[in-house]
Amino acid sequence: MTDETGILAFGGYVPRLRLQRSSVFASVGWFNPGLKGLARGERAASSWDEDPITMAVEAARDCLGDRDRSEIARLSLASTTLPNADRLNAGIVKEALNLGDDVAASDAAGSLRAGTSALMLALDAVGGSAGNVLCLSAERRKAAPGSESELLHGDASAAILVGRGEPVARYLGGTSLTADFVDHFRENGRDFDYFWEARWIRDEGYSKLVVAAIGAALDKLSLKADRIDRAILPFVEKGVADQLAKRAGIRPEALVDPMQATVGSAGAAHPMLLLAYALEQAQPGEILLVAGFGQGCDVLLFEVTDAILARRKEGGVSAWLARRKEESNYIKFLFFRDLIGLDTGARAEFDQKVPLTALYRSRKAVLGLVGGRCTKTGTVQYPKSDISVNPNDHSVGTQEDYPFAERRAKVLTYTADSLTFSPDPPQYYGMIEFEGGGRMMAEIVDCDEGDVAVGAPLRMMFRIKARDEMRGFTKYFWKAVPAA
Amino acid sequence: MPSGIKDKVAILGMGCAKFGERWNDSADTLMVEAYQEALADAGIDTSQIDSAWLAVAYDAVNVGPSGIPLSMALRLNDVGVTKVENYCASGTDALRGAVYAVASGAADIALALGCEKLKDTGYGGLPVRTRGTTFDMIGIVGSAPGNFAQLASAYSATHGVDPQDLKRAMAHVSVKSHANGVKNPKAHLRKAIDMDTVLNAPMIAEPLGLFDCCGVSDGAACAIVTTPEIARALGKKDLVTVKALQISSSNGWELQGAGWDGSYFHTTRVAATKAYDEAGITNPRDQISLMEVHDCFSITELVTMEDLHISKPGTAVRDVMEGFFDADGKIPCQIDGGLKCFGHPIGASGLRMVYENYLQLLGRAGERQRQDNPVFGLSHNLGGMPNQNVSAIAIVGLHDA
Repeated sequence: MTDETGILAFGGYVPRLRLQRSSVFASVGWFNPGLKGLARGERAASSWDEDPITMAVEAARDCLGDRDRSEIARLSLASTTLPNADRLNAGIVKEALNLGDDVAASDAAGSLRAGTSALMLALDAVGGSAGNVLCLSAERRKAAPGSESELLHGDASAAILVGRGEPVARYLGGTSLTADFVDHFRENGRDFDYFWEARWIRDEGYSKLVVAAIGAALDKLSLKADRIDRAILPFVEKGVADQLAKRAGIRPEALVDPMQATVGSAGAAHPMLLLAYALEQAQPGEILLVAGFGQGCDVLLFEVTDAILARRKEGGVSAWLARRKEESNYIKFLFFRDLIGLDTGARAEFDQKVPLTALYRSRKAVLGLVGGRCTKTGTVQYPKSDISVNPNDHSVGTQEDYPFAERRAKVLTYTADSLTFSPDPPQYYGMIEFEGGGRMMAEIVDCDEGDVAVGAPLRMMFRIKARDEMRGFTKYFWKAVPAA
Repeated sequence: MPSGIKDKVAILGMGCAKFGERWNDSADTLMVEAYQEALADAGIDTSQIDSAWLAVAYDAVNVGPSGIPLSMALRLNDVGVTKVENYCASGTDALRGAVYAVASGAADIALALGCEKLKDTGYGGLPVRTRGTTFDMIGIVGSAPGNFAQLASAYSATHGVDPQDLKRAMAHVSVKSHANGVKNPKAHLRKAIDMDTVLNAPMIAEPLGLFDCCGVSDGAACAIVTTPEIARALGKKDLVTVKALQISSSNGWELQGAGWDGSYFHTTRVAATKAYDEAGITNPRDQISLMEVHDCFSITELVTMEDLHISKPGTAVRDVMEGFFDADGKIPCQIDGGLKCFGHPIGASGLRMVYENYLQLLGRAGERQRQDNPVFGLSHNLGGMPNQNVSAIAIVGLHDA
């Protein structure tokens, strides 16, 4: 048993929909023919009910697997697209992960470097007395329709659990460089980024700042650039990552694919997403370099340990990448991101006001999907109640917490409802039953005609239930997805 | 086992408004229309009513809270009026209040009136509404057809019925109710349809198409009840009495517990058993003369035939296809057109069903009158969703039966 600081577990999440860039160009190419060069491959596109919070939850679950979550002392959520300006976004993630109230949670934001900066802070902290830190980053980047960004960006999230013990990758150290280099910016309240010239960004920003930061990190650790086995340079612009690797003296084969063709740049989440993906393939002894760019540059270096050989084989970024559905409906993509208005009809006028007292009171049930188990009869149920649903027992107050979120389920009844309002009709829902007992009515998402049948296997996902448009409040809850 | 209310209460008079898209009429007008008919039938005046119950389900497009709207519309004599809201079973529950008041001796003459003004929503189908704090945080804001459509997937799975066969049986249910509605001047939809029309209609919630869904209508229905003795004293000769009134509400077992397969209504089975016991009916398939059941959707009517112990589990598809429930079948079901064609103004429906049975038992149903001297008429309401509902059953019959 070693006592080293480093990465204990890793994971990521890529939403199922993959917008075909050619379909964007087919719609906006008449206006901006220059986009043609970017109109190849696909980008990850979150569904209407996904945001950085829900995606962070999914990455965290991917990272944690069946690990004991009580080891987590702290979690941070990094993003430049956090949905709430004044409500702790990481706090919602904490509830969804059903972590104890003694967990510290914080949001990290401000630049696309927020993910690596939070990760570096966490690694420094756990080297001291802090317990394990779950570092999350997620991004649902919003770009103006018909912009280059729309084609370059992607939605995804990543999770890195850091701490002391027997890491799969020990932290060698890192450096940060900060300079108010404004390649793009977005003022509070604005929808979209504003960009300066790409050539200046490449030549004065990436080439100078990133290469300098890499050099400083390597010097600090007395490492030579050709020692690096996997280099994460999270730049999806054509040729940039290759050029930076070359300038920094990193072997070209060490460059980790920036996922331009499959995901697009997931902003603050991108370095960690690529890191999690790289760790899925890494072997003991390898040196990994991770760079994060934004008003400067973070560089972190890790050495993969023998513990990597015991990593989980299921799940991971590669599994999420394989779970994909091509989406060629550009209008649907715009609608899901509130970039185009469609007539949602009178049924969408239903007032979704949430009584905050009730949400707080029921936060375990609503955000954590925690039900009850009767300590007397063993009956499990959702939600928990003072008197068990067991028809043969009317004891009061015998239930203990019983979490459902990680339990598999199956379909008992279902329908595809075209009458009720849904941004993605028809809305599938039905009664589902969990392995080990317990039932609920659940919305079934990420599915197509033929995916849902009585008996079909399901898993749960944390998603947006609805938005209270009148007051600007998002309702979150758990939904079921096919678990084939 | 309680002694029950069999024959303790007689129906003194009933009335029913014309159901439909009553664009130019308020809820008050509908209430008065049903009430006037009931009052004339009862042969009394307003001053003789001791107590009243009002059934309405949707506040958002209706008369507002409390029993006052009924008292005001009918200009009752400052008697106690209770508002009843129990989903689609509200009308039958209002009748239960009035019947229990008379049976207990607390009232000599009591009134039950149900009303709903659905066409003020601005769109087709039922309004979307809150179901309470906890439900809204974790429940599904699905549509009524979406909730009931789930019966079909579960029924097919449980009984091994091919979904296409089930769809055809469901279509037969709708075709039958349309054929019946043609003969009813107070029905909302009065046009016959064929199987192909039903089978090829646009999908609302799989597998329910447009014609698998009942009419969304405005309407009101009313009953005035008293004791058989008072009814006779008031000059009534042929008495229709209440044989049974049973309501069962979900306690959460269906959705939260274990064992329910989603293909039937647990509460209807419970209420039906109790109602037959109360009415002294031992073989409903032989003894029930005609039925008005809660055919909010074709699949609901089909499974209800089993829940009422008329068809054995898994055999309703066959009974339906063989015409057992057609107007000229052994037990006609929805001889007035049902919710499907008479229309479904939520609060009024339970009382409208009893109204049809009352007319049939007295031989006053006009062109659609059964000629084989019906004895027992059963009506059945379902409120809520299959997994969480209230079932109400009222059996009325000839006093001497």
